[in-house]
Amino acid sequence: MNKTASIFGWTLVALLGAAAVGVIAVHRGEPINALWLVAAATCCYALGYRFYSRFIAVKILALDALRATPAERLENGRDFLVTNKWVVFGHHFAAIAGPGPLVGPVLAAQFGYLPGTMWVLAGAVFAGCVQDFVILLFSVRRDGKSLTEMAKEEIGRVGGFVAYTAVIAILVILLGVAALIVVNALKDSPWGTFTIAMTIPIALLMGLYLRRIRPGKVLEVSILGFILVLFAIFGGQWASQNPTMANVFTLRAPTLAILIIVYGFAASALPVWLLLAPRDYLSTFVKLGTIALLGIGIVALHPTLHMPALTRFVDGNGPVFAGKIFPFAFITIACGAISGFHALISSGTTPKLIARETETRMVGYGAMMCESAVAVMAIIAACVLQPGVYFAINSPAGVVGQTAATATATISSWGFPVTASDMQALAHAVGEQTLFNRTGGAPAFAVGMAHIFSQSLGGATVMALWYHFAVMFEALFILTILDAGTRVARFMIQDALGHIYKPLGRTSWYPSILATSALIVGAWGYFLWQGVKDPLGGINSLWPLFGIANQLLATVALCVATTIIVKMHRTRYAAVTLVPLAWLVAVTFTASWHKILDPNPRVGFLAQARALAAGPATSATARLIFNNRLDAAVTAVLVVMVALVLIESVRQWMGVLSGREYARVKESPFVQTRLAEERG
Amino acid sequence: MSRFVKAAGILLAALREIFDEAAYARYLSRTQTASSPRAYAAFREEFEEAKTRRPKCC
Repeated sequence: MNKTASIFGWTLVALLGAAAVGVIAVHRGEPINALWLVAAATCCYALGYRFYSRFIAVKILALDALRATPAERLENGRDFLVTNKWVVFGHHFAAIAGPGPLVGPVLAAQFGYLPGTMWVLAGAVFAGCVQDFVILLFSVRRDGKSLTEMAKEEIGRVGGFVAYTAVIAILVILLGVAALIVVNALKDSPWGTFTIAMTIPIALLMGLYLRRIRPGKVLEVSILGFILVLFAIFGGQWASQNPTMANVFTLRAPTLAILIIVYGFAASALPVWLLLAPRDYLSTFVKLGTIALLGIGIVALHPTLHMPALTRFVDGNGPVFAGKIFPFAFITIACGAISGFHALISSGTTPKLIARETETRMVGYGAMMCESAVAVMAIIAACVLQPGVYFAINSPAGVVGQTAATATATISSWGFPVTASDMQALAHAVGEQTLFNRTGGAPAFAVGMAHIFSQSLGGATVMALWYHFAVMFEALFILTILDAGTRVARFMIQDALGHIYKPLGRTSWYPSILATSALIVGAWGYFLWQGVKDPLGGINSLWPLFGIANQLLATVALCVATTIIVKMHRTRYAAVTLVPLAWLVAVTFTASWHKILDPNPRVGFLAQARALAAGPATSATARLIFNNRLDAAVTAVLVVMVALVLIESVRQWMGVLSGREYARVKESPFVQTRLAEERG
Repeated sequence: MSRFVKAAGILLAALREIFDEAAYARYLSRTQTASSPRAYAAFREEFEEAKTRRPKCC
């Protein structure tokens, strides 16, 4: 009876999922309700988790509940610790959820809601969740080793070197792009700049409270910090209306960029426990709360999507970024579908906390499903806007024109009507002077989120507060990633330099701290400056570069996973990682080819450099030409390195399959768990 | 009701782990010390490098 009920229940889920996907895929003309996307996502995730992840767990990985995990065998009360699976799940999700699944889908919405939604659902179920799950399990079986260590052991030294270099490259590009998103959200916005500036004294206060008044009471102080941040949002409104304060906090993009670069260096070089740790807690608190709130808001208010399923920009001439759906939609949306960066977290802290192998399925596969759901929410937030408004916010002045009149005329001529007065009214409603050319995705997401919430919670009168709450939320946790990422990259560089000259590896030796901090901040600061000075807004060239780097790291992770599966003699199931690997190779290599060699100057870096060289020379021309050539060189180096890993991996597979090489997986020896005995 | 209490307990435990309160409690237990500004400063010092080495995704 139970089995019959189960079959009946899952058949219903499958039918509902098919119907929802069908509506999304074939509906044209009239706007659809966001609940169709929610229904499709829920059903796809449920089916993927129940059937596909179980298939992987049973047939390929053979999860063994009796095998002791490193958390049990190596328990030390610090890094290795047996932890409740739901606690590990929350911890893992908090680490993988960043601005990527919010920004990428918003940018990709220029193609319409259909391509992004389909890629987020299929990419997560068949690629992203699989990658996070298998890498987590393989790390658990290797005493919590990192992806770079596993790549070195299973593929060879080339694999380890490429994984290490790709991580550094991604960090640098990511930090540059993330900083650019903050700059674009805060430029000429006294309200937003004031609110973010206020988070610094709030974090200092939290630090003092934690250290002196109530040691260790982080949750308590985070709630206090959150309340103070809400006051800062109200304070921002006052600051924007006060002429003196508005003058102080109205900053141009280059000024903001310099301030962020200085902040990044200070955050990396100084022992700022007083500021950084509390900020990190505050941003995590706001992040988890806002994601939950947005999820509830979308389901409760079920807004209508005004963006069409497909726009004319599938032809590759989009104003937000140039390039056709294939491969650029799959590069632009990384974290919501598959992100190589997740493999670092799945082989970082998380495997050291897992109590039983069987829990890797819920933590690895399940947490990525939640991340993917965040990406669906971002698509909804972008697509509830009128398309004309969406394009007015996200299009750079270099594409649509410098004035409101030319921008609205250009966008309206594409078939997405919008007027200067509409945009002025919207800017006024959200407390900004203008919303034109706010590239980067964050402002559009903030307007979408404010639009959703203003339908009920407080109405249009509090739309400005919701908008600035969303901007604060994004800027706060992007800045947290900026300082945390700079420190992680600094440690990685110091570890490597320590092999050349030992004192350079000491994380407490100040000359080394200053030199490596300057190196990392200088690298991402360069990309940030490049973006700020780019007439096309910077996101056009930098976000694809970040997407390519991130997906190339996923390629390395899937190479490692496939190699281990082959060595485990599970080759007949290797398609589970081999198919996403092949897809990613096709996507990343095609995207890289276009970004380097495409003859269209809006797509290809070298073509743009040639076009600039042929055009009228200005004071910025030489720098822009150099930047385009540098971006092309970075892309080429990444592709060549990943191609080497791929070749090494294929060589390993062929060696094992032909019997020329002995298939030896480098797992820790089996030790039976005592937890099973303790639990009876 | 008991299920709700259990779920709330797990949620609180997850938040305590995410916000390092649980790590601080383990530190106090391991070092056999009571919570104080000095103990928290020592915990942060020990914990700082490990925490800042953890990557966070994008």
